[in-house]
Amino acid sequence: MSGVHATGVVKRFGDRTILDGFSLDIAPGEFVALLGASGSGKTTFLRILAGLEDHDGGTVDAPGQRTVVFQEPRLVAAKRVRDNVLLGQRPTAQHRKAASAALAEVALAGQERAWPTTLSGGEAQRVALARALVRRPDLLLLDEPFAALDALTRIRMQALVADLVHEHRPAVLLVTHDVDEAILLADRVAVLQDGVVGVEVEVPFARPRRRGVAGFGDLRRRLLAELGVEETIGAA
Amino acid sequence: MSAGTLAPGTVASPSETPRTVRRRPPAVTGRLGDIALRTSVPVLLLGLWAWGSGSGRIEERIFPSPWSVATTFVDLVRTGVLWDNLSVSIGRVALGFVIGGSLGLLLGTLAGLVRLGDQLLDPTLQMLRTIPFLAVAPLLILWFGIDERPKIIIIATAALFPLYLNTHSAVRNVDRKVLEAGRVFGLRGLALVRQVVLPEAIPGILVGLRVSLSVSLLALIVAELTNAPKGLGFLMTSAQQYYQTDVLVVIIVIYAVWGLSVDLIVRGIERVLLPYKHLGRSA
Ligand SMILES: Nc1ncnc2c1ncn2[C@@H]1O[C@H](COP(=O)(O)OP(=O)(O)O)[C@@H](O)[C@H]1O
Ligand SMILES: [Mg+2]
Repeated sequence: MSGVHATGVVKRFGDRTILDGFSLDIAPGEFVALLGASGSGKTTFLRILAGLEDHDGGTVDAPGQRTVVFQEPRLVAAKRVRDNVLLGQRPTAQHRKAASAALAEVALAGQERAWPTTLSGGEAQRVALARALVRRPDLLLLDEPFAALDALTRIRMQALVADLVHEHRPAVLLVTHDVDEAILLADRVAVLQDGVVGVEVEVPFARPRRRGVAGFGDLRRRLLAELGVEETIGAA
Repeated sequence: MSAGTLAPGTVASPSETPRTVRRRPPAVTGRLGDIALRTSVPVLLLGLWAWGSGSGRIEERIFPSPWSVATTFVDLVRTGVLWDNLSVSIGRVALGFVIGGSLGLLLGTLAGLVRLGDQLLDPTLQMLRTIPFLAVAPLLILWFGIDERPKIIIIATAALFPLYLNTHSAVRNVDRKVLEAGRVFGLRGLALVRQVVLPEAIPGILVGLRVSLSVSLLALIVAELTNAPKGLGFLMTSAQQYYQTDVLVVIIVIYAVWGLSVDLIVRGIERVLLPYKHLGRSA
């Protein structure tokens, strides 16, 4: 349990340099949100941490036990929900019990034998979350896991993730372009700009967090400004 | 019968199987009414046949009456002639299909998974599959003589290609994102193939199985029409020589029932292997 240490990471696709001396540390048990515009390289960095992508320079240390929740559930259609949670683990009695417990944690108790095709988008994503949590990861990697959900389901999922992370205490990297989500969930927010971390902000609010809390709007505006967005809608 | 609906080289996506075509709402509702309507045309045709034969409008020598076909069938069963020959034919198809089908499955999986396998195998097999296997039959018979070997080889060749092509594309089209998830959760190599690739590819492989079994039957018919000492084809050739149209019709019906059983068998396998296919939303 040594957390994440990424220093001077360089990543190129062809002649395009996506990450250009990118550095980020995540302490054990810390929740970091990585904000960035679409195409800025957030997923690329997460995939490097997950071991799914090589990097062209710099050093990356990450714990061995790490799991991912992707933007899509990515369940195996031909396997029942429990076998999806157990993917890659032997189906021992002990593992099965752990899978059932994980399903109960994501409010899917009793759905062990359901088929993925019968689940709603939110339910399928909760199965993916159970699959990531059942291994007690030291590092949980979340790549915009709420982006494809409807607004109401998204709010519930965010609360669920906040609870479960609080309980299991893995180090978390949440990749997102949603400023509110980052502020609500993370201990620290890093903004990815031009291949490096441009700004890092500790989120000062106590938990449980609410959107309306004093200072929320200011932080939100500041982060949006870093992303190059000015949020004024309608006639001035 | 689906034997004719898909050419040997066809790669059909699972959603193209006839079964998933949405039916229009029936004109007559209720189970009995539905059955009555569906069977009405075949019953009418059967009636026409009986009437034609009975009234002498259909000459018995050209096309036998329903009752003489039935009597011949009973005779062939009672004397054991039918089973003697049918069992030989079933044996040939079983052996040929097991050899050709498993080779197709194996090569298709290999070429679908491994780039080197794809480069080595696919161009050759794609080239070979354009040769209609029926055209090669005479050559095989010249090479291997008139015993069992050319027959088994013809059937195996016919069975190989549909399974190869469908397995190849099914395996290659397994969602890369799901594969990646498997890798993240520790699956590598054969374990990844067994736990993710093959389960995800089963719908496509079953399409190949269906075509492969149907084409095996066609191959059997051709293989047995020349120099078979036994088998349905032998029965057919000798019936043709002696102008036994009743025996010919019995055998045609048996081929039809065979084709139908192939469909039922594959559907049964689908039910066992893809229980989720009939449930829920979309894939
Ligand atoms: N495998 C790849 N090959 C080429 N370019 C890629 C590849 N993966 C990502 N990219 C490019 O790298 C950039 C960053 O992608 P990504 O990390 O997915 O962005 P984000 O997650 O921040 O939206 C994008 O411009 C994308 O097109
Ligand atoms: Mg992304």
